[in-house]
Amino acid sequence: MYAAIVFLPLLGSVIAGLFGRLIGARAAELVTTGLLFVSAALSVVTFGHVALGEAETAIVPLWSWIHSGDFLVDWTIRVDTITAVMLVVVTGVSSLVHLYSIGYMHEDPHRQRFFSYLSLFTFAMLMLVTANNFLQLFFGWEGVGLASYLLIGFWYQKPSANNAAMKAFIVNRVGDFGFAMGTFGIWAIFRTLDFDAVFAMAPDMVGKTMNFAGYDLDILTTLCLLLFVGAMGKSAQLGLHTWLPDAMEGPTPVSALIHAATMVTAGVFLVCRCSPLFELAPVATGFVVFIGATTAFFAATVGLFQNDIKRVIAYSTCSQLGYMFAAAGVAAYNAAMFHLFTHAFFKALLFLGAGAVIHSLHHEQDMRKMGGIWKQIPWTWAAMLIGNLALTGVGIPLLHVGFAGFYSKDAIINSTFAAHTGIGTYAFILLVIAAGMTSFYSWRQFLMTFHGRYRGLDHDDHHGHAAHDDHDHHAPKLDEIHESPLVMMIPLAVLSLGALFAGAGFYQHFIGEGAHEFWRASIFLGEGEEGHLPLWVEFAPLVVTIIGFLIAFYYYILHPKLPKMLAARRGMLYLFFFNKWYFDELYDLIFVRPALWIGRFLWKKGDGMVIDGLGPDGVSARVLDATRGTVKLQSGYVYHYALAMLLGVVALATWFVVTRGGM
Amino acid sequence: MSLPILSLTTFAPLVGALAILALPKANSARWIALGTTVVTFALSLVMLAGFNSLDPGFQLVEKLEWMGGGISYHMGVDGISILFVVLTTALMPFAIAASWESIETRVAEYMVAFLVLETMMIGVFCALDLVLFYVLFEGGLIPMFLIIGVWGGKRRVYASFKFFLYTFVGSVLMLLAIMSMYWYSGTTDIPTLIASSNFPAGMQTWLWLAFFASFAVKMPMWPVHTWLPDAHVEAPTAGSVILAAILLKMGGYGFLRFSLPMFPDASLLFQPLVFTMSVIAIIYTSLVALAQEDMKKLIAYSSVAHMGFVTMGIFTLNHQGIEGGIFQMLSHGVVSGALFLCVGVVYDRMHTREIAAYGGLVNRMPVYAACFLVFTMANVGLPGTSGFVGEFLTMLGAYRANTWVAIFAATGVILSAAYALFLYRRIVFGVLVKPALQTIQDLTLREKALLVPLLVVTIFLGVYPKPVFDVTTPAVMKLVDGIKLRNANQGAAK
Repeated sequence: MYAAIVFLPLLGSVIAGLFGRLIGARAAELVTTGLLFVSAALSVVTFGHVALGEAETAIVPLWSWIHSGDFLVDWTIRVDTITAVMLVVVTGVSSLVHLYSIGYMHEDPHRQRFFSYLSLFTFAMLMLVTANNFLQLFFGWEGVGLASYLLIGFWYQKPSANNAAMKAFIVNRVGDFGFAMGTFGIWAIFRTLDFDAVFAMAPDMVGKTMNFAGYDLDILTTLCLLLFVGAMGKSAQLGLHTWLPDAMEGPTPVSALIHAATMVTAGVFLVCRCSPLFELAPVATGFVVFIGATTAFFAATVGLFQNDIKRVIAYSTCSQLGYMFAAAGVAAYNAAMFHLFTHAFFKALLFLGAGAVIHSLHHEQDMRKMGGIWKQIPWTWAAMLIGNLALTGVGIPLLHVGFAGFYSKDAIINSTFAAHTGIGTYAFILLVIAAGMTSFYSWRQFLMTFHGRYRGLDHDDHHGHAAHDDHDHHAPKLDEIHESPLVMMIPLAVLSLGALFAGAGFYQHFIGEGAHEFWRASIFLGEGEEGHLPLWVEFAPLVVTIIGFLIAFYYYILHPKLPKMLAARRGMLYLFFFNKWYFDELYDLIFVRPALWIGRFLWKKGDGMVIDGLGPDGVSARVLDATRGTVKLQSGYVYHYALAMLLGVVALATWFVVTRGGM
Repeated sequence: MSLPILSLTTFAPLVGALAILALPKANSARWIALGTTVVTFALSLVMLAGFNSLDPGFQLVEKLEWMGGGISYHMGVDGISILFVVLTTALMPFAIAASWESIETRVAEYMVAFLVLETMMIGVFCALDLVLFYVLFEGGLIPMFLIIGVWGGKRRVYASFKFFLYTFVGSVLMLLAIMSMYWYSGTTDIPTLIASSNFPAGMQTWLWLAFFASFAVKMPMWPVHTWLPDAHVEAPTAGSVILAAILLKMGGYGFLRFSLPMFPDASLLFQPLVFTMSVIAIIYTSLVALAQEDMKKLIAYSSVAHMGFVTMGIFTLNHQGIEGGIFQMLSHGVVSGALFLCVGVVYDRMHTREIAAYGGLVNRMPVYAACFLVFTMANVGLPGTSGFVGEFLTMLGAYRANTWVAIFAATGVILSAAYALFLYRRIVFGVLVKPALQTIQDLTLREKALLVPLLVVTIFLGVYPKPVFDVTTPAVMKLVDGIKLRNANQGAAK
């Protein structure tokens, strides 16, 4: 059964990819979607058995992979609670996204390819979460990177999509550099890459050092930091985040599946999966908290002023991933996983809802061209409302009643406070501020999209930053705007249920009293002696959320002219946030241009002038000088060479004959 | 002695060449060449079937007196060489088929050159006598030069000349080394030399350097690599395929057959030198590849970078590094061969290799785009393709030997993604705007038949590389144990 969960999507991908043109687009859609739903159903059963039930950790060996000397790695499927959680998230969201895409992509001539890629992605992601060793995890890790590359660049006619796809792959490779070095290091120390074996031996390594790059470094700290560099790439954390907003060039269902619910959470999954290692490396976890909290804050600031509906959600994703890392860093791995779980529902909901809006508006993504359309598309409006309530974590603190994000996000904020460490306090402050900004940009996006005046037919004066799924679109008149088809609305409905109840329903299992029974040995669990938090800590997130909402309401409903005026004034802070802290410009300046320039320099000067100049060209010039007039060059050097070789052989043979005579 | 299968395999192509000389019509030459290479491949499979992969020593040995005085016609294969034989025989039918329509002049001579080349290449991997090895190793270059020089592009004379200068120096030095080895040991028998391997340290140093000069040019290693891009650019497609897939591997094979087992002390002594050159090759040529404007040159530079992983792996002197190096060579044989075939496909249609002349091919050539993608991904070492297995193991081995080397090599992995995807994006993606491309056709049946088997092998070996490791592991263990034992003895002596 476990193998079926993983390989059914691959089967679908192969069928749609190889025989897509033969069987037609509709058949390809149905096959991939159908297989995904089977896989999802099996995943739910697995979740029942393994996570909620009593079933032991299952380890299913498949076949051998790399066996070289004492390096032994096999293909294996491992299912424990953390895997079961991921299975449900991945196959659940993926099957809904498949279904949704049937409606969203119905005009696209390359639907077979699209569905093949979607299923391929799902397969790779499932290989990642069911891996039993670091190398298979790396297979899934790079596999989702490939699928992400293909799907971001799905509309290959768009140069921006192609560039975004390349950027995603290459930036991720920078992270993979860390992952690969971590893997080498783990093997060099433990002589195995199997999770259980490594985790069992890890406690013996506490305080020991290894030689890395000429320095004697603490083994576990170094290994964890290297692995975390990989996680930063995949989960778009500060420094390696630049690819994620650009990835919005892909079709919106892709953004929902890959760049919100599943792939980008792989880094969080990695840290939680390796929690037995990270727990022994306090310096590394401190760094995880620092990066997580800083990213949460940074991405929220950038999200404040974006005008593209998808980019707002993208920065929001980046920010929420920061929350998860911050939780993992203060040893609240279960809270991190809980937020991963709830976030998958409401963020996929928000993206698919945004997709429905874009679909209704004939591929308009610029929120400045939206507004006032909530009566036209009430169901989409309702779904987005639920999604935003869940994202902003609305709920009543002491009664423990609220939307999904309320349970998980507050748990994270509380755990950073309860850590009572310097870095924990740093995280607490930033996360609370970020929660306020989350509320502002979420409601700003919601109000700009649905409320106020419809601006779709306004004169087009700034089109600069808006990206479009399709270039030749015409803004519809208000009464031409319709709700999306049923295949798109059903996934929204299902995800809305998740956003409403995933928090309340699973709170006890993930982070409540049932946590030890639920997680068992699959992640490290703290003692849970949170004790009593001060009342103001409990209420802080709610307060900033309300403030954020009020500001958004003031600027975008009460005084809708104000934001435009402020934007036109171009304050320094506004520009700094709007231009994403200038990371892209910086990287272009210090990495991209120099690499191309150095490449050209080495080619022309290194190869051309130095090596060839001193080597063959120089020699040949001297030879030509010496032999000019005596050798007819046109005869070709090939024969000369052949002659030289033959002479060499003859000389050798002669020499042997002579010496043999002498011996 | 049973069937001399090694000699049969080695000389079968020569028989085909004679048949073509007897029947020098273009069309019959094509068919005879294809038939011969397929038969040769079948013979090599018989060889593989007769090979006992548990035995780390030389097998299927044939030995005849030749020149006397310890020089003999001695053939045999072990776990290191046999797969290179199979790689050679397996790729030759592809080379012949790739030339089916693109070669129109002097077809018979062309096919003869390829068949003679095949004999030489198989012979190199089977030879167990230094003299025999040398004759075949250097002799194999003659047909390759004819192929580039006669059927090549505009600057073929320059390209040939460049290679001539490089190899000339290397082969003279290697010849001198072989002579002095004979002087010292009184034999040129390779297994005997490996078993005794008793050259004094000072002599080892010079012998090692002399062999190194020759092998480093063949690999090619930085900074003696500049002949390769020119040779590739000028060679016809099949020439590039064989050059990249087989001829480059002779250098790596040479290190494994001679440098490591015969001069283990010198190999250890020069380890830092090889590491440095390998790492420079990986990073330097990857950056250079990024700046290329010619498809073939880009892939040629990428080959140099990949061979950097091989030399790095081999000189880690540990199991993973060496086995990874072997695997990387086999994988690169398939993948780079396929990439040059991919270039050939569009070159045959457009007669230009300039990257800027393309763009948006996926619009009209989706099957081509898919095949090219898989090979591109194998080239960047994506897990699940054969390219990953070798690259990973060489870096793992390097990490054991020296973490800095592994760090630099891993940087090369990032750069490889950059240049490979940049190439793919410029050729395949985008809007098809160039007027000349408007009518370009997707793969023909012949081209599909060429690319699909290579694609299957690339993925199969990436997911299930065990068949290769089963063959190589005992021989690699023996090699590593030999070096270890030697070092341990040395340690005890001190």
